[in-house]
Amino acid sequence: MGIVRSAVVQLLRFMALMAAVSFITFVLVSASPIDPVQANAGQAAMISMTAEKRAALAERWEVDTPLLDRYGSWLSDAVHGDLGDSLRYNAPVVEVVANRLAGSALLLASAWVISGVLGLALGIAAGALRGSAIDRAVRLYCYMLSATPAFWLGIVMLMVFAVMLGWFPVGFSVPIGSSASAVSLGDRLYHLVLPALTLSLTGVANIALHTREKTIDVLSADYVRFARARGESTWSIVRRHGLRNLLLPALTLQFASISEIVGGSVLVEQVFSYPGLGQATVTAGLGGDAPLLVGIALATAALVFAGNLFANILYGVIDPRMRKGVGRVRSIGA
Amino acid sequence: MTRQGECAGCAPGFGAENAVPHARHRDAEFHHHHSHASTSHHSGDHHLLAIEHLTVSFDMYDSDAPFFAAERRSHEQLHGLSLSVHEGEVLAVVGASGSGKSLLADAIMGLYEPNACVTGTIWFDGELMDAKKLPQLRGRGISFVPQSVEHLDPLMRVGDQIIGACARADRDLRRQRMRAFMEAYGLDASVERMYPYELSGGMARRVLLICALMDEPRLIVADEPTPGLDLDIAVHAVEDLRTFADGGGGVLLITHDIDLALTVADRVAVFHGGTIVEETSASSFASPDTLRHPFSRALWRAMPQHGFAVPDGSADGGCA
Repeated sequence: MGIVRSAVVQLLRFMALMAAVSFITFVLVSASPIDPVQANAGQAAMISMTAEKRAALAERWEVDTPLLDRYGSWLSDAVHGDLGDSLRYNAPVVEVVANRLAGSALLLASAWVISGVLGLALGIAAGALRGSAIDRAVRLYCYMLSATPAFWLGIVMLMVFAVMLGWFPVGFSVPIGSSASAVSLGDRLYHLVLPALTLSLTGVANIALHTREKTIDVLSADYVRFARARGESTWSIVRRHGLRNLLLPALTLQFASISEIVGGSVLVEQVFSYPGLGQATVTAGLGGDAPLLVGIALATAALVFAGNLFANILYGVIDPRMRKGVGRVRSIGA
Repeated sequence: MTRQGECAGCAPGFGAENAVPHARHRDAEFHHHHSHASTSHHSGDHHLLAIEHLTVSFDMYDSDAPFFAAERRSHEQLHGLSLSVHEGEVLAVVGASGSGKSLLADAIMGLYEPNACVTGTIWFDGELMDAKKLPQLRGRGISFVPQSVEHLDPLMRVGDQIIGACARADRDLRRQRMRAFMEAYGLDASVERMYPYELSGGMARRVLLICALMDEPRLIVADEPTPGLDLDIAVHAVEDLRTFADGGGGVLLITHDIDLALTVADRVAVFHGGTIVEETSASSFASPDTLRHPFSRALWRAMPQHGFAVPDGSADGGCA
C-alpha cells in the first residue's frame, strides 16, 4: 500500500519536473537574442541567399511561430514519445542525446566517483584530526579549489600537463584521425584523465568540507564520548561509529553532487573539446536548437532526479529508524 | 598529577600532606577530608580512588569584552576538589543540576575539552596517575555509566555496542559474558538485535550498566544515571550500583537527587561552588546537627520530608 502510494507520488513529481523544465527551456530559447537562421546558416550564406530560401529556413526553425504554439506542438508530440529532431545535428533528439550521453558517461561517472571517494576520505581525515597540519592542508586546498572556476582550472591543467609537460593530449576523447574501430579503451582512458581530473578536483572541495563538518559533529556526539570512556581509540571510534553515522550525510552529498558534476561538465567539455553532452548543450544553446536543448535539459534533470530518488530509497535501507518506522506504521494500520 | 592543555599558572598540585596519602588510619577518624561509613575499608592501606586538590579551568575568550578586544581568561570550574572512594562503598556526589559535577567525571575518565587545564592529584588503587596513565584506565579498571540512551550509537545494534571494540579472538567470550549479564538483569535475548531507539528507559539503563560491567571494572563512575526515569526504575538503577559495591567494587555516583542517593550511598560528598564542601557518612544526613557545612544543612532542609526549604544565599558561607 505504502510503496504503491509513494511510487505514484514520485511519478507525479517526476512528470511535473519534466513539464516545468521543458517549458522553462522553451521560454529561455525564445527569449534568446540569437537568430537561429543567421547563427546556423552563417553571415556569408545569409547575404547570398534568396528571400524564398530564407523564408523556408525561418519556417523550418519556427522563428515566427509564437512561443506557446511551439511549446504546445512540441508537448503533444512529446507525450507520444517523439521529442522531435535536432535542427543542428539533423537527427532525432533522442538519438543525439543518447550518443552524447554515452560519450560523457565515462567522464561524468569517473569524476563523480573520484570526487566522492577523495572528498569523503579527506573530509574524515581533516575532521578526525581537527586542527592538525593535515586538517589545515585539506582546508586550504578546499577553500582554494572552491574559489576556482572549473574552466580556468581546466585551462591551467591543459597548459601544464598537455602543453608544457606533454603528458596528456590537448583535447578530444579519442586520438585525432583514427577510425572508431581502431580506438582502444586505453586511448579513451588516456584522453579522459585531464577532463575527469579537472571535474573531480573542484567537486572534491565541496564534499570534503561538508564531510569534515559532519565528522566533527559525529565525533563530539555523546556516543563517541562514551566509546572513548570505554577505552576505544580515536581510530577505532572513527571506524566503528564515525563511518556508520557519516554514511547517510555522505550519500546525500554524493547524490546531490550529480547536478554539480553535470553542470561542471558543460564548461570542462568545452575547454577540452570533449564531444559529450556538455558540449552539445553549448552547441544547442548558441545555435538556438530548442528541441535539442530541451532534450538535454530533460535528460540531465532526469539524471539528477534519479540520483535523489535513489538516495531517498537508500536511506530507508540503511537507517534502522526509518526502516522500522515504516514497519511499525504498517503494523498499526493492519 | 594530571595536566592537559597549555596555559599559564598550571602548577602541579603536590603538597607535603599528600606525599604519603595512604598511611594507615583508624576507621572512625576524620582523615583526607572525610570520615568513614561502617562499610568503608582500605585494602592494602589505600583508597580505591583518591582525588586531592583537583582544579579544572577553561581557557577562553572573555565574553564580557568587545569581540576584537577580548583577551583569553582562565575560568575555574572546579577548585581544590578532594574526595576518596573506598572498596565496597557507594560514594554519592550530590549537588545542584548544572553546577559542574559532570566535570568531575570527565576529569576521572581523562576526557577533557582541548582548552581545559586540569591540575591536582589522582591516585587509583594506590598508584599516582598522570595524563598518560589515566586514559589507560578507561574500560580497564574504571568504567563509566552515562546519563542516557543518547550515549549509544543510534545506528549500531545494542549487542554489538555492549560487546564493544575488542580483538576478534575475544569476541565470542565477550558475547557469552554479555548474554549472562543480560539474563541476570532480566533483558530478553531479543534486545541484542535491537537498535537504541527501540529501548525503553529501563532497558537502556540496564544496557548502559552492562556496558560498564563487561569490562570488569574496579570502580564505576555513574554520571546522573537516573534522570527522566520512573522512580521504581531509578531505584533499580541505584540498587544495581549498590550490588556492584557489595561485590567489592567502588562506585562514584554523581547525582542531583540526594533522596535517591541516600537510599544506597555509604557516604555523601556535597558538591557546591565547584568543590566538595563536605564528605561524610550517609548516616550524618539523619539530622542537620551531624552536618558540618551550611550548604549541607541547606540541602538537608530542602529534602521533601524536611519541608522543601529553598537554600538561600546565607548557606554559601565558608566556600569561595
